[in-house]
Amino acid sequence: MRYGLERLVSLHGLRGWIAVLGIALVGMVAIPVLNAAVPAGSWLHLPDFVVPLLGKFLCYGIVALAMDLIWGYAGILSLGHGVFFALGGYCMGMYLMRAIGREGVYRSDLPDFMVFLDWKELPWFWHGFDRFWYALPMVLIVPTALAYVFGFFAFRSRIKGVYFSIITQALTYALMLFFFRNNTGLGGNNGLTDFKRLLGYDLHEQSTRVALYLISAGTLLLAYLACRFIVTSRAGRILMAIRDAEERMMFSGYNPLDYKLAAWTFSALLCGIAGALYVPQVGIINPSELQTSNSIEMAIWVAVGGRGTLVGPILGAFIVNGAKSYLTVAYPEAWLFILGAVFIGVTLFLPKGLLGIGGPFAALKRLAGRRARAAGAPQAAERPAARSRSHVGSER
Amino acid sequence: MERAPSPRERAPASAAPDGLRVAPAPGAARNTAAAPDLTLPGIPFDMRNHRCNRLFPCGIALLMTLLTAASLHAADLKSALKKVASDERGTLMEGIETLGTLGDPDALPVLEALRDDTLRVAPGGKLYILSPDGKRASEVGTGRSAPADSLKLEEPPINNAVRKSIDSSIAQLQLFSRNPEQRLSAARELANRATPDDAPKVRAALARETEAAVKHILQATLARLDLSSSDRTVRLNAVRTLGETGDIQRMNDLQQLTAVKPDGAFAEPDREIRAAAAAAMKSIQLRQTIISLGGDLLYGLSLGSVLLLVALGLAITFGLMGIINMAHGEMLMLGAYTTYVVQNIVQKTLPAYFNWYVLLALPAAFAVCGVAGIVLERAILRFLYNRPLESLLATWGISLALIQSVRQIFGAANVTVANPAWLSGGYAVYADLVLPYNRIFIVLLGAIVVTLVWLLLQHTSLGLQVRAVTQNRAIASTMGIRTAQVDMWTFALGSGIAGIGGVALSQLGNVGPELGQSYIVDSFMVVVLGGVGKIAGTVVGAMGLGIVAKYLEPLSDAVLGKIILLVFIILFIQRRPQGLFALKGRAVEN
Repeated sequence: MRYGLERLVSLHGLRGWIAVLGIALVGMVAIPVLNAAVPAGSWLHLPDFVVPLLGKFLCYGIVALAMDLIWGYAGILSLGHGVFFALGGYCMGMYLMRAIGREGVYRSDLPDFMVFLDWKELPWFWHGFDRFWYALPMVLIVPTALAYVFGFFAFRSRIKGVYFSIITQALTYALMLFFFRNNTGLGGNNGLTDFKRLLGYDLHEQSTRVALYLISAGTLLLAYLACRFIVTSRAGRILMAIRDAEERMMFSGYNPLDYKLAAWTFSALLCGIAGALYVPQVGIINPSELQTSNSIEMAIWVAVGGRGTLVGPILGAFIVNGAKSYLTVAYPEAWLFILGAVFIGVTLFLPKGLLGIGGPFAALKRLAGRRARAAGAPQAAERPAARSRSHVGSER
Repeated sequence: MERAPSPRERAPASAAPDGLRVAPAPGAARNTAAAPDLTLPGIPFDMRNHRCNRLFPCGIALLMTLLTAASLHAADLKSALKKVASDERGTLMEGIETLGTLGDPDALPVLEALRDDTLRVAPGGKLYILSPDGKRASEVGTGRSAPADSLKLEEPPINNAVRKSIDSSIAQLQLFSRNPEQRLSAARELANRATPDDAPKVRAALARETEAAVKHILQATLARLDLSSSDRTVRLNAVRTLGETGDIQRMNDLQQLTAVKPDGAFAEPDREIRAAAAAAMKSIQLRQTIISLGGDLLYGLSLGSVLLLVALGLAITFGLMGIINMAHGEMLMLGAYTTYVVQNIVQKTLPAYFNWYVLLALPAAFAVCGVAGIVLERAILRFLYNRPLESLLATWGISLALIQSVRQIFGAANVTVANPAWLSGGYAVYADLVLPYNRIFIVLLGAIVVTLVWLLLQHTSLGLQVRAVTQNRAIASTMGIRTAQVDMWTFALGSGIAGIGGVALSQLGNVGPELGQSYIVDSFMVVVLGGVGKIAGTVVGAMGLGIVAKYLEPLSDAVLGKIILLVFIILFIQRRPQGLFALKGRAVEN
């Protein structure tokens, strides 16, 4: 095993690195320049509202990466990643709420919704969130801790396949109801909103938005490299082996619990970070993020792009959400039909996602293909022989 | 998830105002034994009616007494009605009050007509009641009807004071009404309003009352009035009665008895009565606990039955094919909308049979959802049997499309499905424990469907094949079972059962495009809890979940209850990963 710079370089071949760095360059340099430096009249100018929109998509890209790590490489379809996303978002939202100070509608020390509910003092779990150095670790700890505990119990009792999916869905549903309550102390139905500033920077300033965009882009790049590191490592290969034949790995002396739990927890961590970056850019976090439909949509980003490719899911998140942003405005009635058709069509006709087809995505496909050869084919899970595969029986 | 009960769930259908029907001869016909049958049209002949002229095989002496009393009474009634016909306001009010105290329900239509401003006086002091369109008038007493224009009718001199006395007289009379529903509501109304002056009236009503529920309320009312009696034994008996009737509304009165006044003395000087009051309070509390437990049990069972109807199909198809159908909740929604459509069709084409539209909706919903299930299975799902996780996504896509289709067709707003008469109201076990008929219906429906499915699975060849494929698809296939066919029919069956669940749900509340979404997570939990392939598991899982959810509600609130349940389920499958009732033997071989 190689370490350090050498290991980093080994994540991709030459062409892979050129592609990754090229995309990163476009995303992190060209877009801010087109927005800020190109005069507003020019056709090259990027309107101001596009930057936070793209920033939002970047956050979704991080979520899609996290989903792919757990679904594409560990074979675990989570319908609960919205929970970790929302938890990270709420932690950040609580800080932003406290950062409003006395500038709320009621000019009170307390957040507006607490004044509205006639609360006299801050609930215990809000203490500390007025400091950024406290909120930031919370963004990492809260989703991770929940994921660890939940995952520990779920994986230990060897809940797999569809069972695991519907249990995570139930978790999401229960937490959504929980966050909807006013008594929970997190703004109930309306959630947390009306944020003013982050670390003293005005959130409505374009410069702050561009900075948040850049941070999101950087985080996505780092997250991609981290996931890439994991799946090309020895542990990543064991993870894939567990996905394909868990019993066999157990007989070979591996404990699937450790690997699954690690991947699961890391995936939740990424989601929490994405949520924390998402909230200041969209300016609101409320329980609708916890709707079960949101979590399922996350899975479709991955499926659209192509499972087990890391690049594909990011692409899928951009395509699906871009289409959603456009179509829900242009054809609001048709959107659910289109989304439904995407769900059905992708699973029926594009089991490997967009990266599974050639044409305009050939370059990306090659990028993913090289990784696939290095890391063991993810297509194994798709083989029609699955019905007679050994672990199917225990899934039922 | 339990929805808040909609108003129509709770309120019993208001009684048809029988009293408004103008009877032939309430007053006049009563005098002679030869008078025509006194039974009012639409009102059952009633033993309570002591003025009855039918010759019962009873002693002649008794008959004589009754007749005398009846004619005396009838004379009073007649003179009171005459007073009502007066154009003098004071005499009119006197007449109204007499009608109230006489307690003859036959006077009710007159008073109600007076209240509704349809009573008219003809020259000569005859009273007439106008028909709803105002064109004809029928005479009070004889029921003879004539065109209103020909009679030179005049309106009685009514003002606000008169209206007040009309209302109070109506309230009094309703206690004696022939319609039990009306008596019940009158008694309820009186329970809190009655003053010691009303005691004789309550006593009189109690003596004639036959309906247990009304009797119960009147007893409690009387006991409350007796609490302020100066007679010690009366008070003591009143306290004991309050304890027996167990009405929670009387807690306050009892608490006042045991309270200590500011000067240190007890509000109730008698020690024995204080002790009796304490005991009565205890028994009231106990009774309330039992009642709420009983009511919750039915609510839990009916919630469990809905879950059962949803989860039954899920569990069978999951056991058979290893896939979870996310669109299964939408079958529930489709079934509910089918009920809505059937309701509208029946209302338009066969209004006479409107009451029975639910019975037509059951097979219709089963058929609609069954066909939808077949289409779904043949068109999409059969290609995904090897890929359970992706079938989950595909069925989710189907559910989105179904929800949006229904929105396009029926609109995004909720539609109302009416309870037929036989499903509204409830069975009153006690006065304050009413079991709604719609919930009882759902529990029965659940039981019937489970029985049928059990028979189907255990005693038909399709059932045998389903069980074989569930246990081992490959071997079943080599034995000559057409597994694809079995899949299709089972899927249709499961979807159809969910459709029946939709009919049941439509009787509980409003029907909206997202109806299925709120039940699907719970029914998944039933499958996880109960295991697959055994009906017993699904039944126990559904009922357990329904009842536990209902009982957890008051302990915390509904949401925390849900979270507790989820934690419980996760911990539970630590011990029993296969659910409560796992298939044994060949099924688990790898």
